[in-house]
This record gives sequence, C-alpha cells and structure tokens, in this order.
Amino acid sequence: MSINRRVFLGSAAAVSATLAAPMVVRAQASANVVVVGGGAGGATAARYIAQASNGAINVTLIEPSRAYYTCFFSNLYLGGFREFDSLGHTYGKLASDYGINVVHDWATAVDRDAKTVSLAGGGAVPYDRLVLSPGIDFIEDSVPGWSTASQNVMPHAYKGGSQTELLKAQVMNMREGGTFAMIAPPNPYRCPPGPYERVSMVAHTLKEVNPTAKILIVDPKEGFSKQGLFEDGWERHYGGMIERIGPDFGAGNVSVDPSAMTVNIDGQVETVDVCNVIPAQRAGNIAFAAGITDGNWAPVSAYDLSSTMDENIHVLGDAAAQGAMPKSGFSANSQAKVAANAIVAALTGSTAFPARFSNTCWSLIETNDGIKVGATYEASDEGIVSTGGFVSQVDETAEVREETYRESLGWYDAITEDMFG
Amino acid sequence: MMWRSIVALSFAAVTLASSPALSQGDAAQGETLFRPCAACHMIGDGAVSRVGPHLNELIGRPVGALPDYRYSPVLEEAGAEGAVWDEAVLDRFLESPRDYFPGTRMAFRGVRDAQERLDLIAYMSAAGGQFEGAIAEASEGEVDPEIAAILEIAGDPAYGQYLSSECTACHRASGGDDIPSIAGLAPSSFIHGIVAYRNGSREHGVMNTIAARLGDEEIAALAVYFEGVE
Repeated sequence: MSINRRVFLGSAAAVSATLAAPMVVRAQASANVVVVGGGAGGATAARYIAQASNGAINVTLIEPSRAYYTCFFSNLYLGGFREFDSLGHTYGKLASDYGINVVHDWATAVDRDAKTVSLAGGGAVPYDRLVLSPGIDFIEDSVPGWSTASQNVMPHAYKGGSQTELLKAQVMNMREGGTFAMIAPPNPYRCPPGPYERVSMVAHTLKEVNPTAKILIVDPKEGFSKQGLFEDGWERHYGGMIERIGPDFGAGNVSVDPSAMTVNIDGQVETVDVCNVIPAQRAGNIAFAAGITDGNWAPVSAYDLSSTMDENIHVLGDAAAQGAMPKSGFSANSQAKVAANAIVAALTGSTAFPARFSNTCWSLIETNDGIKVGATYEASDEGIVSTGGFVSQVDETAEVREETYRESLGWYDAITEDMFG
Repeated sequence: MMWRSIVALSFAAVTLASSPALSQGDAAQGETLFRPCAACHMIGDGAVSRVGPHLNELIGRPVGALPDYRYSPVLEEAGAEGAVWDEAVLDRFLESPRDYFPGTRMAFRGVRDAQERLDLIAYMSAAGGQFEGAIAEASEGEVDPEIAAILEIAGDPAYGQYLSSECTACHRASGGDDIPSIAGLAPSSFIHGIVAYRNGSREHGVMNTIAARLGDEEIAALAVYFEGVE
C-alpha cells in the first residue's frame, strides 16, 4: 500500500510538471489514439480512453469483424448452457455513446517512425499512442500435420465465432460411441482452464446425446490449471468417459492426419471421430508486423503495458509478455484500464494512478458445478507480480458450486458491458 | 404501481387462507437458508445496515423506512404509500423480488419453494423480532474503529473512479441477479461491506482477495465515488 501510494504521488508530481507547461498540453488537445483489435483488451481500452479524455482524444478502433464473439463462455455453448447469439457483441455503443471511430478493416502494418497504422483496405491512420490487442495466432507446425488450412476438418475453436459453431456441430453429429480427441496446447496459451472446461462441456453434451462416446485428451503438459478440481468433477459426473494422456505416455510427441482422421501419439496411431486441435500460440500477427516481439510474445512494462521496444505502443491481453497474469479476457480487460489511465494521463495531463490488476477465471464442470481461480496483481520492474489469490476447493458444497456458476453469469454480463458499453 | 395491486391481492390471499400455514415455518431451517442473505443483510444483536438494510424488527416495519439506509426508489415509494413488511408481503417479495418491486437493487432471484420462504420468515421473526412501532435509533458509539477510521478520511473521487474499474468487471451499475449493484450505496454501507471482506468476517474468494489489498484511503476513495454513481 505505501509503495503504491508513493508511486501514485510520484506520478502526480510528474503530471503537475506537465501542467506547468500549458503550451505542450494545448498542442496535444486533439491527440490520436489508435486501438487495433476489438476484443476484451481493445474494446475496453477504447471505451475507457474515450470516456476519460472527454473528447480531448480521438479514438479509432480497428477491428475486422462487425460482431465480436467472445471466446470466454464459448465452452458453455458447446455444453448447451448458452445460445450462440448470446456470445456476440457489436460496436454500436462504442461508436454512438463514446464517439469512437470504429473502422472495420484489418491493420496490416505499423510504421513506427511515421506513427501510422496501414489498413488492408488502403490508407493509413496516424497515432500519438497505439494500442495493440490482437489476441493470439497459432504457431504453424506446432502439431505436425495440422495447419490453419485444415481447421475446418480439425477445428481449433480457440478464437470465438464460426470455429466454435463448427466444433459444436461435429460433436452433435459424431457417430454413436465415437471418440472426441483434443490435442491440448503447451504453455503459455490463452485461458489456462479453457481446454479442460471444454472437455467438461463436451462430456456434458455427449452424456445426453451419445453416452457411449469417449473423450481422449492428448496433453503435452505435466499438469494443468485447476487439475484436481476438474479431475474430481470428471470422476463424479463423467466416470470412465474421459481419458488424458500426458507427456509420460508420449503426448509430447503428437501429430495428426486430418484426411485420415488419425492422431499419432509417439508412434501409436488412433482413429478418432472429432479432433479438436488447439495448437501452440503466439501473439497476433500485427505485433510481429510492428516489430515489437521477442520470441512468441510482445514484452511490455508492467506499469503501463507499453512495449519495451516502443514507448508509444501499448500491448494488451494475450499478445503481451507481462509477467504473472494468465492470458484471459478478464486479464486483458484489467490491463486495458491501466493502459488507458496511463495513456490519457500522458496525452492530457490528467492524473496517472498506480497500476493494479486482477483476474478471475470461472469454469463449469457440469450443471451448477462451477469452480473459480483468481488473483490480484501489481506492477514491478520484473513484470506483473501476484499479490494474492484464491481457488475453489474440492470439498465445497453443491450450494457453493451453484453460487459460483451463477456468479459467472453475472460476471459475463458485467464484463461484456464494461467492454462494449 | 404494480406492487400495490399485488399487496392488495396478497392481503386477500392471507385472509382467505388465514394464518395457520404461515406459522409452520421452521426457524432453524430458515437460519441455514438465510446464509446467502447474510452476505448483504445483518440480523440480530448489533445488526447495522450494510450493502442491504439490517433486518431487526423487520416483521411489521414500514417498507423503506430505515433513515440511515438509501433504498431503491421503488421501495421508498411503496413505503410512502403505506406498504408494510408483514409476513404476506415478505412471502410474495421473497418469491420474486424483482417482480414484486420492479427496480429493486436487491440482487437476489428469489425463493421458489413456499416452505423455504416460510422458514426464512420464521427465522427473521425469531432472530430480529417484530416491529415495535418506532424505528430504533442507530446505536451510536458502537461503530467499529476500523470503519470509523475510514469514515474520517475524505476520499479522492478521481482515485475512486480509477479504482472502481476493478469493480465494474463484475458489478454492473444496473445490478444483476447474481452479483449486486454497488452503485449509489451510502459510504457507511459500502465501507462496512468492504471492511468485512478485508478482515475475513465475510467470506468470498474473489472479494476477500480484492479487499485484502485495499488500504483505508482506497476504500474511502471508492466509497465516495460509488456514492455518486446513479
């Protein structure tokens, strides 16, 4: 607390110094912020910057899709707990209520010297500050035999939208007693509990429509998020249906053949009926185009999410290498607020408050059996670090589990409103 | 408007059915059922209003009547027009709060089971007693020193607005069925709630973790900010 307070006072002093040079501030009165990516991080950042700057900053949001389908909660659609349409959100309020210039196009390149973003449809948008929140792209050949060209045969369903619908259709149409295989991703990846909540939701659906079906998880990781809670739930609800093969049984050496619908696990070939390949991941392409990546991700300062390679570019959410926060929609939303505060302060002279973050991930195992894990975080020179956390317990009552699930419904409504207005 | 006709109806229903059914509530069962309510409402010795108003002397108390609690407008309006929390009104309200008082900020979907409602009412009657005909004065001098210290601090609303962005990831201004609205809360209620999460006397994984790192100045800033949110 006292450390936070000092940082806060320090930045307030810096702001006073800026205010003492009014000509600088006036020259910035109509600053431009460009946000690339209208998901959890980008939509939140655009909204918070537009709201806090009160017209002093022109905000442009570049997002190719007219409707954003959340990846979070898409597993509940696979389980039949959500309608697909309930996952979709549009940008109308960001444009009409917050005055954000929403451009439906692909950002293809960043000229960091000219400070412009090029659009696929032609033209370039100038920025004083650029926010990149592109989410993930997949590492080609991380699962040999799979490429994005085969995603309609073996869907990843790890970006929201049509892939999610495709996977659901494949599950519903699977032959009686067939095998649903999931190739789980290596760390780090978007939404650590996501693959395992997905298995739970697919099991829930199969238990109803295809109870003799099997689920096979091929997982290159030794362990995974909330593992004890998931395995306890699988045992209680779906005994015998779910099998997980870890690296000790060859899951570190897996390839697929989409045309034959086979999975090769360290030399042993399994024929499967549905194959959900969640490949290894890296930052969205635009982060690479901007030249601000190191390895697979874009390293950032924990204090304001600015790129360590360009102080005028901020990277949010899954694409950022920020430290201890998991890659999640909640994390992206939390980081966006810290970045927005820092950007508005830098461009208008308003107060910069100390960075603080939080994240909670809810997962549903079976009807009314919800679990959660979460933590709070703060900034340090070594990146974002955790200041405390909690996780559901295996021996919780059914009432607690139901409350946890109901709470996740309230959270979804709140956070999507916080993102899209 | 709507509540009035429902109140009239429920009076009629009570008269017709007379009261034996209402006396069959099991207060011990009700105490268990009350647990989720206790996240927001205190009842019994030393109860004060927190996120929700305290429930001492509730049975027979006029609706929206505690002077130290900021009610949803629909409850104030109902109280001004003479509505009273008798067993029949409570029963209908608890069945579906948002249908009975549309616009209430109480984030609770209701109790479908009629017996469970009777049990709850029996518990509230036993633990909190009947309305004695006058609103008891808030007991001065018993304010927790931890809370009193925060009430002394003049919170910075700009800092509170920044900090509030952590809250709005889950709490909507308009409320919801499962996560309460915290907009417009009186600072004393807000501070009571957060301090209880911070010192662990109220248990909730997310809220205990969030509150654990809030300092007194931050709580004061949040309280003054949320008081001003419609």
